[in-house]
Amino acid sequence: MIDDFLLRALLGGIGVALVAGPFGSFVVWRRLAYFGDTLSHSALLGVALGFILHINLTVGIIVICQLLAILLFFSQQQRQLASDTMLGIFAHGALSLGLVILAFMEDVRIDLVAYLFGDILAISNSDLGWVFVGGGIAVAGLLWLWKPLLAITIHEDLARVEGIPVDRINWMFLGLIALIIAVMMKVVGMLLVTALLIIPAATARRFAASPEMMAVFASLIGSLAVCVGLYGSFQWDTPTGPTIVVAACLIFMVGFLLPKEIVLRAQKS
Amino acid sequence: MNLRIGRGEILTIIGPNGAGKTTLLRVALGLQTPTSGKVSLQSGLTIGYMPQRLHLDPTFPLTVKRLLILACKSDTTRVLPLLEEVGAAHVIDSSMQNLSGGELQRVLLARALVREPDLLVLDEPVQGVDVHGQVELYQLISRIRDQRGCAVLMVSHDLHLVMAATDQVLCLNRHICCSGTPESVTNDPAFVELFGPAAVQYMAVYVHDQNHHHDNCAICGGRNKND
Repeated sequence: MIDDFLLRALLGGIGVALVAGPFGSFVVWRRLAYFGDTLSHSALLGVALGFILHINLTVGIIVICQLLAILLFFSQQQRQLASDTMLGIFAHGALSLGLVILAFMEDVRIDLVAYLFGDILAISNSDLGWVFVGGGIAVAGLLWLWKPLLAITIHEDLARVEGIPVDRINWMFLGLIALIIAVMMKVVGMLLVTALLIIPAATARRFAASPEMMAVFASLIGSLAVCVGLYGSFQWDTPTGPTIVVAACLIFMVGFLLPKEIVLRAQKS
Repeated sequence: MNLRIGRGEILTIIGPNGAGKTTLLRVALGLQTPTSGKVSLQSGLTIGYMPQRLHLDPTFPLTVKRLLILACKSDTTRVLPLLEEVGAAHVIDSSMQNLSGGELQRVLLARALVREPDLLVLDEPVQGVDVHGQVELYQLISRIRDQRGCAVLMVSHDLHLVMAATDQVLCLNRHICCSGTPESVTNDPAFVELFGPAAVQYMAVYVHDQNHHHDNCAICGGRNKND
């Protein structure tokens, strides 16, 4: 019999990987990896906000991620600093501010490592609820935005000329990204969230002939990484979040080294 | 500044870098609001836009076919005829990232034609194409104008080839430096001052050449009215 906590970990992990596939694909196509990193680095601020306002910590993280996404959206309108510089300032500023604020709160003791690297084995039923309800809403939203988002990914001005409300769709997309990052935190932690977004998507690229194929493959590859990582972590008593990411990297390398004929056959499937 | 473009007319904007060519185009497309003045479009006018460049990430798996299907609102039957019209039917299954410069421009042109535009707006349509391919592309643009009767507004910083393929030229250098038919523009002192006598002489020969061979000229196809 499989233990309860292991089953929950497996369900949560796979749920997160399924959500991460399509979102991770867009993150890779639109070069938003650093953007995702910046959002996840603000999570500790969200935890602090949760303690201060006595609200659910996940809600706190979601609120802070959304606020930061709005801030980042506006900061990209300015031209004085390159956007990666801007993102760097926000990412490290938010992480440090979160740590400092938490240090001031003397009656609060949090397990920092769990937030940084995830604690999938301690995932509760309500966490699972967040993953499936939050993740489900996010994926439904993404499917709804799918075609206009593809058009914007191809060429933003072209989409604008053809009447697609580019700004509104970008807003909604960033909001969804902020939501899934908050939800994914529990599994792999704030420092590794982007890894679970981009590594399966990058692995899927070689095997995909269309955007949709890439998104689906990324979900499947991510789920595989979760299973392998959980098994490895259990077997060798290693930290689970990092083990999942190591598994994802190994799968990426295998996919990268596979001979071309096998790749082409997968594209035609 | 003031410019107007009518049905079936090809208007080319030329000028040095930083002259405001792309800005003018973006204003005309409604992508940028003018600091003063206004753009008036005939109501119900459809614009087909061909951007200067596509910055597709190498990880984005997109075939030519899919690009056009997305633009055609999933009507797959229109894809092949459009590609045939621009002479790019052979790349239908290629991935966008594997196209040559000329193929990419043709596919982008097909993409701009999807909505049956009354006005085609082309931003440097021959960029990244060798000289032979440039001539072919300008021919193709003239042919599309002839067959569809749409107006064409394009930007170019190429001085000589485009002169043979356009009805009206607008030379821009932060203001309208001169405008008119290719012949009148090349003789305009303001134009000579902007580009230098050497470039103009080279071009004058070219325009002159076109005038004398226009009946069998592959480029103007005998349409050069000012002869």
